[in-house]
Amino acid sequence: MDSYKTFEYDVLVIGAGGAGLRASIEASATGLSVGLVCKSLLGKAHTVMAEGGIAAALSNVDDRDDWKTHFADTMRGGQYVNNYRMAELHAQEAPERVHELEAWGAVFDRTDDQKILQRNFGGHKYPRLAHVGDRTGLEMIRTLQDHGIHQGIDVHMECTIIRLLKDGDRVTAAFGYDREKGKFRLFKARAIVLATGGYGRAYKITSNSWEYTGDGHSLAYDAGADLIDMEYLQFHPTGMVWPPSVRGILVTEGVRGEGGVLRNSEGNRFMFDDIPDLYKNQTADNPEEGWIYTQGDKEARRPPELLTRDHVARCIIREIREGRGSPHGGVFLDIAWIREKLSNAPEHIKRKLPSMYHQFKELANLDITEEPMEVGPTTHYAMGGIRVDGDTQMSTVQGLFAAGECAGGMHGANRLGGNSLSDLLVFGKRAGEYAAEFAKENGATGVHDSAIADTIQWALAPIERQDTEGGGESPYQIQYDLQDTMQELVGIVRTQEEMDQAVEKIASLKQRADQAAAPGNREYNPGWHTALDLHNLLTVSEAVARAAARRQESRGAHFREDYPDKDEEWGKTSLVVKKGSDGTMEVSREPVMDIPAELQAIIEENR
Amino acid sequence: MTTATFKIWRGDAEGGDFKDYDTEITEGMVVLDAVHQIQAELANDLAVRWNCKAGKCGSCSAEVNGMPRLLCMTRMDTIDIDKPITIEPIKAFPTMKDLVTDVSWNFEVKKTIKKFNPRPPDAEDGTWRMAQEDVDRVQEFRKCIECFLCQDVCHVLRDHQKTEEFIGPRFLVYTAALDMHPLDTEDRLEDLKDAHGIGFCNITKCCTHVCPEHITITDNAIIPLKERVADRFYDPLKKLFRRLFGKKS
Repeated sequence: MDSYKTFEYDVLVIGAGGAGLRASIEASATGLSVGLVCKSLLGKAHTVMAEGGIAAALSNVDDRDDWKTHFADTMRGGQYVNNYRMAELHAQEAPERVHELEAWGAVFDRTDDQKILQRNFGGHKYPRLAHVGDRTGLEMIRTLQDHGIHQGIDVHMECTIIRLLKDGDRVTAAFGYDREKGKFRLFKARAIVLATGGYGRAYKITSNSWEYTGDGHSLAYDAGADLIDMEYLQFHPTGMVWPPSVRGILVTEGVRGEGGVLRNSEGNRFMFDDIPDLYKNQTADNPEEGWIYTQGDKEARRPPELLTRDHVARCIIREIREGRGSPHGGVFLDIAWIREKLSNAPEHIKRKLPSMYHQFKELANLDITEEPMEVGPTTHYAMGGIRVDGDTQMSTVQGLFAAGECAGGMHGANRLGGNSLSDLLVFGKRAGEYAAEFAKENGATGVHDSAIADTIQWALAPIERQDTEGGGESPYQIQYDLQDTMQELVGIVRTQEEMDQAVEKIASLKQRADQAAAPGNREYNPGWHTALDLHNLLTVSEAVARAAARRQESRGAHFREDYPDKDEEWGKTSLVVKKGSDGTMEVSREPVMDIPAELQAIIEENR
Repeated sequence: MTTATFKIWRGDAEGGDFKDYDTEITEGMVVLDAVHQIQAELANDLAVRWNCKAGKCGSCSAEVNGMPRLLCMTRMDTIDIDKPITIEPIKAFPTMKDLVTDVSWNFEVKKTIKKFNPRPPDAEDGTWRMAQEDVDRVQEFRKCIECFLCQDVCHVLRDHQKTEEFIGPRFLVYTAALDMHPLDTEDRLEDLKDAHGIGFCNITKCCTHVCPEHITITDNAIIPLKERVADRFYDPLKKLFRRLFGKKS
């Protein structure tokens, strides 16, 4: 058997984005030993790409805001199928987590009275997003990183975990390899926190980086944990569409928050054409009201461009399908028009949206202060994930915790912009805290050598296959074919037939993946890494396709052309995905958590 | 169909060589797209770091035709493709494999810089007050994506390998961001002068020139820090004053 190096920690955190860093900081603050494993260099995780801001009811810009309104907004955005307890804790604790970042050195944009400035975002009743221009994610990850490096956390950069190991019902270790040399590592731990983010790389058009291969989802599933809400995948309405090589890169919702409008090829602001009943009371019915809302008029209602992401994405698809799209298959997003309203518009845009200005200038040769952008939906965020306890973030497997995007439930059927960064902070902290508590209360346990041997054999197979006759298939081609399958068959608009087809295709892709070969040796070999990542991507894709095929209604981000309406019974049902005793994937129906009366009252007050 | 030839450095710490790859160029492509295409079609094990592909994470630093660049922000239509395009790893740090270098030194250096240490909160609720104009400069420094291109072109690091004595432009910017933070109370000047070797910088501004975030590294960060160090340690009047009265200034 190939050798491996062993490390031992009280708490092991897998993933070093916002949630993983925050969990590590919390766990190490209790005095326990903490290991942090990440696939990239520290500070490069996907959090760095978050743009708009951190949602928290600080009430700095509008003093009518409070946690209750934030809670109600989150539940409404999630179509009331959220894990209410997470939504409650999130709304209550987000302000404290933001202030804590400031204490650790974050420099947010300021209000005139020198407090943290907050901006408007889709689905939020009041300006709520603490931000730094449009690079809030960078500010957040750097603040956590720079604070964390002085905490004595043992960081393993460029290391990939491929298997969780258990002793009985409890997770006891993680096994992986370092990317540089391709050597194996065993991490024994009393508690493990998964903070691995999402799985956007299963799709062709995505705002997600290569790291987003659903590792945490898949590791947890293979370890026997429940996944929940897997049918809910957010397509961000505004990704770049041109040129082709940048297709999918995110264009922040902040553009619309600052007054940007969506238009079709006929120049029509089509978002006014379809405003859902749930939002009629809160949405402007004329352009002027929408504009003055974005400029801070407290009496005005928000423009329809700031409706929830699921709805805006669908409206864009409708315009494109009905022949009113832009030349490259998107619609127009125009911020340049505010020159009619503001004399210093170009400077204003550059100050508020510096990285958008930069991104379009550099990648598309387009000046957003002069011309409209072309945008279209892009795979962005997984609402579904590992099922956790709302308070402790522990999964259905003992000792295994999950936080951030890889955890499910908090956002229900659709996430509001800005609620992701606050989710990372609130539940990253909680996961770290409760993982530490679990580690203190539960002693060390064993690891089975046979499981390690199996894992090593599995991991080395793609490299060994390069020498076999026929040589095996390129993992890249299998990944491309999966991305095409998910994009075409399990995208924004879904039908039974297409999803059933997807499940079949995924099964055949799995067989091909089992024969994938990676040429070269084990040192920093992306072909080998891709071959191993395929297992996670395929597992998660199957879970999404199966859950989506099962839910015969349309709700939030899950839109069924064959069942275009919401269904009351389905509204009381969550779908749970689990590995069956025979190793096949099982999808089961479970009732949505009952919302306690006092929280229901808050929801009703905010209808 | 337009094709371009890339000369990509392949090898590891032991050594290596340029290898030629021809690949198709389509509209709007950046160099990273070409590298990925080559990786998928011609060289599955070609090592390259990347994450966001949008100039936000600073992973894909390399040298394109000899210029330090982010591969994801270098458009193919800004390069002459009639001639072969060379891509090689950044030079200031040891090579790991192909385009990937061992930048771990940078992460160690950062730990040696005293952390942020804020003054007590301004308000009873534990929060602070800061004016936008007072944070503008710090926000410029905090745009840094840690691509280490500035470290790559700094001759003190690249040519003279003074990694024991000098922290490089990235960490001078980092120190400046802490030092000019309105809330910070820490004193880092002695470290700057001694352990961190600010004197090695002779302001050739190569770092500013290659910064993909357009941070004015030399003028806004390094020179003001040099002035503070000079004020504290080299001002003859202050030196005399200190000697007479034994006071820090």
